Amino acid sequence: MSDLTITALRFGFLLLLWVLIFSIVSAMRRDLMVGRKAASGAPTAREVRKNPELAEPAQPPVKQQARQLVVVEGPLKGRSLPLAASPILLGRAQEATLVLEDDYASGRHARLFPQGSRWFIEDLGSTNGTYLADQQLTRALPVEPGVPVRIGKTVIELRP
Amino acid sequence: MSQLSTTPKPRRNVELALLVLALAVGIGANMMVGVDKEKAFDSDFWFQSSLLAVAALVFHAVLRFRAKYADPVILPLVVALNGLGLAMIHRLDAPGDDTGNNQLRWTLIAMAVAIAVIWFLKDHRILRRFTFISLAASALLLILPLVPGISAGEILGARVWIRLGPMTFQPGEVAKITLAIFFAGYLSSNRDLILLAGRKIGPLQFPRFKDMGPMITAWLVSIGVLIFQRDLGSSVLFFGLFIVMIYVATSRISWVVIGVALILGGGFVASNVFSHVQLRIDGWLNAFTPEVYDRSPGGSGQIVQGLFGMANGGLVGTGLGQGRPDLVPFANSDMIIASLGEELGLIGLFAVVLMYLLFFTRGFRAALGTRDAFGKLLACGLSFAVALQCFVVIGGVTRLIPLTGLTTPFLAAGGSSLLANWIIVGLLLLISHTARAPVNTTPLPPAKDPAKAPNATGIDTPTEAVKHL
Repeated sequence: MSDLTITALRFGFLLLLWVLIFSIVSAMRRDLMVGRKAASGAPTAREVRKNPELAEPAQPPVKQQARQLVVVEGPLKGRSLPLAASPILLGRAQEATLVLEDDYASGRHARLFPQGSRWFIEDLGSTNGTYLADQQLTRALPVEPGVPVRIGKTVIELRP
Repeated sequence: MSQLSTTPKPRRNVELALLVLALAVGIGANMMVGVDKEKAFDSDFWFQSSLLAVAALVFHAVLRFRAKYADPVILPLVVALNGLGLAMIHRLDAPGDDTGNNQLRWTLIAMAVAIAVIWFLKDHRILRRFTFISLAASALLLILPLVPGISAGEILGARVWIRLGPMTFQPGEVAKITLAIFFAGYLSSNRDLILLAGRKIGPLQFPRFKDMGPMITAWLVSIGVLIFQRDLGSSVLFFGLFIVMIYVATSRISWVVIGVALILGGGFVASNVFSHVQLRIDGWLNAFTPEVYDRSPGGSGQIVQGLFGMANGGLVGTGLGQGRPDLVPFANSDMIIASLGEELGLIGLFAVVLMYLLFFTRGFRAALGTRDAFGKLLACGLSFAVALQCFVVIGGVTRLIPLTGLTTPFLAAGGSSLLANWIIVGLLLLISHTARAPVNTTPLPPAKDPAKAPNATGIDTPTEAVKHL
């Protein structure tokens, strides 16, 4: 084979390598588009940057944030706990943040954690389950202030 | 939380198109290496190319069946890297050598094992049941090379191989997977404990001493590997894996501070106590001094030859099959990056590094998308292990850090490394399948014998409602 062909193949191969990479990156493009609201027609972050008037008006102030956790039913009735920025472990185990003296609660029963401006509750695989407003939890769900969370015989609520 | 476009789409056809391109890279490379010696289309070429293509397409078909929503770019990336490695090893084979075909054999075995993982495991969350079994398995795998009878003895200054019939195997490669499973399982259930308890000193919150237990254990394991197996690379890999997983689990910078302090302390002591570590560091700092270059063992000749090779390649490389990468010792395993750098040049080497980077980002994307804490940690840990390995190897070859004996994932000649990395690919594909599939909140079916798995209900605990916030 002539030198010319070999040189052409050599550069062709480098080109092929980069064609592969660019195809992969463009196949990933969908995933990389953070900020676009799917199918809602809302402006993208890029469009907003170029035309500030497109930006959505600031959201009305969120409902009052929960500041404390109150036990409203059960053996610990009346106890309250201030909510800081760290997650809270609920259960009978001594290491729990709120140690429930409740025979129907598991050692490590549920976990209450902040995300954004809201608190979420998550069941940690308890025996008797965790109920948020009479719905058994299957995944982490946001807890609004005033909505009862039942763990065994204990009911807790978040208060502003 | 920003909205990620999450309309579930399998995108298997995209994968097929990319896979064809990836096979073109791998097979094209295999053709190029012999193009001027009129052996471009010899029997080896047809044999290797057709088997690689068939295996990749079978893998793709299995994904269509079993993990329809798996990430569409992971498989093409890995096939391209593996194909490049095969071509380079085939090219470096002296007449009569069989490393290329051996590597192909291991590629096929590794792909079959990865397919088996996808076919039989179905859901990565099942692995959480084996948290402590994985710890035991890791310990066993790490001890095996020291057991007389199975041990293959000291090869090239490290005791990391075992003998299996006619072959040797490096159990440490598989141990990085089992360790990642253990760390992910342990940290996903004890995260809050580590997170909540502890004293605050300045801006850093330090964990309680008893929560340090696993950290100390991981440190001891990596030091033990360093002392007894004389394997610097693996000890850095295991420890880095643990620091990253605990950092991802707790998002506490204090763990990174403690970890870096421990590894610096350990490294300082090791460099003063162990002669092989000392030689490595000397060979790195004074690589071009003639007496260091010529010293045997532990000279810097290998690194310097590799650097000369890459310099010879320059920006566009000498072309596959045109350079002399065979002048470097271990050109097809430890130094395969230097061989590729010589023949593909900076432009080609950057493409290879980018492929690793893309692979790593896809692993992290799967971790972001999946909903269970265990899967998140596992995907982070596994993809980070591959990334760290790349950094340690490529950094060593380019003389950024001291050279250690880790393998280049998917490229280097060596069966155990291929096998372990393909298993990682299988697991990442499974995790990305759950991450991208339509949300399914049904709990896992309980273990076969509920009495033996009292915590079966605890397996499926989605942690964070990342989607739709």
